[in-house]
Amino acid sequence: MQPYFHSVTLETENCKGCTICIKRCPTEAIRVRNGKARILELRCIDCGECIRICPNHAKRAIADDFSLLSKYKYTVALPAPSFYAQFSGQDMSISRILQGLLQLGFNAVFEVAEAAEHVSLAIRRYIESSSIRPLISSACPAIVRLIQVRFPELVDHLIPIHAPVDIAARLAKEGIMRKLGLRREEIGAFFITPCPAKVTAIKQPIGFQESWVDGAIPITTVYARMLKVLPYAEETPGLQEASSVGVHWGRATGEERAVRVPRRLAVDGIHSVIEVLEEIEVGKFHDIDFIECQACRGGCVGGPLTVQNPFRGWVNLEELTRDLPSEINPEVAAEVDKRWEEGFYNLESEIEPRSILKLDDDLSRAIEKIELLEKTVQFLPGLDCGSCGSPSCQALAEDIVQGLASEGDCVFVLRDGVQSLAEELLELARQVPGSISHQETDDKTTPSRDGREE
Amino acid sequence: MPDVKDVGALMSVTYDIAARDFVRAGEAANKLKRLLQQLGLDPAVIRRAAIAAYEAEMNIVIHSYGGQIKVDITPESIEIFCEDSGPGIPDIEKALQEGYSTASEEIREMGFGAGMGLPNIQRSADEFRIESTVGRGTSLQVTILHEAGE
Repeated sequence: MQPYFHSVTLETENCKGCTICIKRCPTEAIRVRNGKARILELRCIDCGECIRICPNHAKRAIADDFSLLSKYKYTVALPAPSFYAQFSGQDMSISRILQGLLQLGFNAVFEVAEAAEHVSLAIRRYIESSSIRPLISSACPAIVRLIQVRFPELVDHLIPIHAPVDIAARLAKEGIMRKLGLRREEIGAFFITPCPAKVTAIKQPIGFQESWVDGAIPITTVYARMLKVLPYAEETPGLQEASSVGVHWGRATGEERAVRVPRRLAVDGIHSVIEVLEEIEVGKFHDIDFIECQACRGGCVGGPLTVQNPFRGWVNLEELTRDLPSEINPEVAAEVDKRWEEGFYNLESEIEPRSILKLDDDLSRAIEKIELLEKTVQFLPGLDCGSCGSPSCQALAEDIVQGLASEGDCVFVLRDGVQSLAEELLELARQVPGSISHQETDDKTTPSRDGREE
Repeated sequence: MPDVKDVGALMSVTYDIAARDFVRAGEAANKLKRLLQQLGLDPAVIRRAAIAAYEAEMNIVIHSYGGQIKVDITPESIEIFCEDSGPGIPDIEKALQEGYSTASEEIREMGFGAGMGLPNIQRSADEFRIESTVGRGTSLQVTILHEAGE
C-alpha cells in the first residue's frame, strides 16, 4: 500500500489527550492512546476540522513556505479567491492584492478565480453529457476524500474535472513557457491556500499523476507579509482579469451559481455535507443536477488556514467584486469550448473508492466480527463519552473487534470490573479459615467462624 | 437494535418499522447500509440494496400500520423481505407505475409519496416479488445478486 502524505499532523508536545478532536472528526480518524491523540492515516481526509477545534493548538498543517521560491528561475503565485477575502478597506482592490504578491517576490500572478471560470464552464459541459444524478463537485479535496472513504458508493457521482488550482497552474505555466521560452521545470507555481486539504491534494493528487502546482503556501503565512507591502502596492492595470463569477468561488454558493445548471444546490460544513451524502446514498436528490459541497462552513473563506472570520470574508468578497463584470468574458468561454474538445479539463484516471468501514477482506470473518461487534456494543454503556480514546461506544466496539483496543479501555466497564473484583476480594477475605482468624467480631454479616457460608 | 442471527443464510438481520414515524424513518436502511459496508460488499451492490431498503422502509412508514424488514445475506445475494400489516395494495400493476401514488396530500407535502417507491425498488432488484391482500397487508421480496449484470 502506498504511504499517505498528510498535511494535518499532530504536535505531540501540545496534545493533552483531551478527546475533543476525536468527536469532531468526520471520519473517526483520531484516537487518544497513552494520553496523546493519534491520527489514523487511512482514515484522515485532511479536512482540518481538528485544527479548528483543538484548544491546545496541537494539530498543525504542514505546508510550504517562501524558501521554496529560490529553487525556481521564475515563480508564479496562484492566489485562491478566498485569499482576497482576507483584505478590506476603502481603497482595497484585487488589483492591489495581486500587486502585493509581486512585491513579496513572485515574478507573476495568475488568478485561480480565472481558472475557476474555466472549470465552471467545463462542469456545465460535463453535466450535460452525463446521465448520473446528482453530480457532485470534486473541487473541494476534503470532500473527494470523504466520499472515497465514507461514501464509496458515490465515487461515480463525483465530476471528474480538475480543480481550479490545477487548471490555473497549467494555464499559467503554459503561458509563461510560450511568452518567455522557459521550460516547465524552471517555473514554480505556488498556490496561496486556505486549507490543508489542498496541500495534500497537490502533494498526492487523486485522478492524475503529478500536479502542475509546485507548492502550497498557507494564507496564514502570506498574510503578515502582505500587511507590510499592501500600503505600497498600487492599482496595476492588466493584473486583475477574472469576473465576479470566478472570484465568488471563494465562498459557498459561488461555484453552484457559476455552473448555472437548472437544478442545483450548495452545501457547506462537512457535517451538513455528510447528511446530504447519506440521503444521496439511499437514492434521494436524484432530481438535482449538481451539488456543490464544501467541507468548510461558508466555503473556502472558512478554511482552517485563513485569517479572517468567514462571515467577514464573505462580505469582503462582496465589496471587492462590486465593480467587476458579473459575467464570464466571452473570450474565456470560447477558449473553454476549444480546450474542452481537447479533454484539457478531464482527470486522467478514475477516482477510486477506498472504504474504511470494511471489517475484514474475508466475508465470513467479517460476519464473525459483526456478530462480535453487536455483542460488544450491548456490553458498553452507550454514553459515547470518549474517555476510552475512541470517538463513540460503537467506534470502541469496532476497535475492540479489530484488536486495537480492549473492553477495559471503557472506564465504566473497568469500574464494574474493579467493583466485582473488590467484592470478590472482600468475600475471600471473609473466608479466612477459623484456625488463623483470632479476631472476635459481632458483625452479623460475616461468615460463620468456621470460615464457611451456609 | 437489529436482531442478529444465523438461519441458513450467512447472516440475517431484522428491523422493526413503525408506522408514521418520520423521525426514525430511514434508520433501518442506514443501518443496513453500514452493515453491508462493514462486510465489504461491492459498492454498487450496497447502493442498490440501500435504495431498495430505504424505499421499502418508507412505504411501510407511509402506508402501513407497521411492519418488518428482514435481510438475509447469502453467498450469492442479499435477500430483503418486507412485511407489513396494513390496507394492502388493490391494484399492484398500477402501483408499479412510475408516478402513481395513493399517498395523502399531507404525506406529499412532506416531500414523500411521489409514486417512485415501488418502481425504484424494482429497478434496484435482480429479482422482485410482491404480494398484497387488501385489508391485510403487503409483503415483498427483493433479491440483489452480489455479481450481477445491471
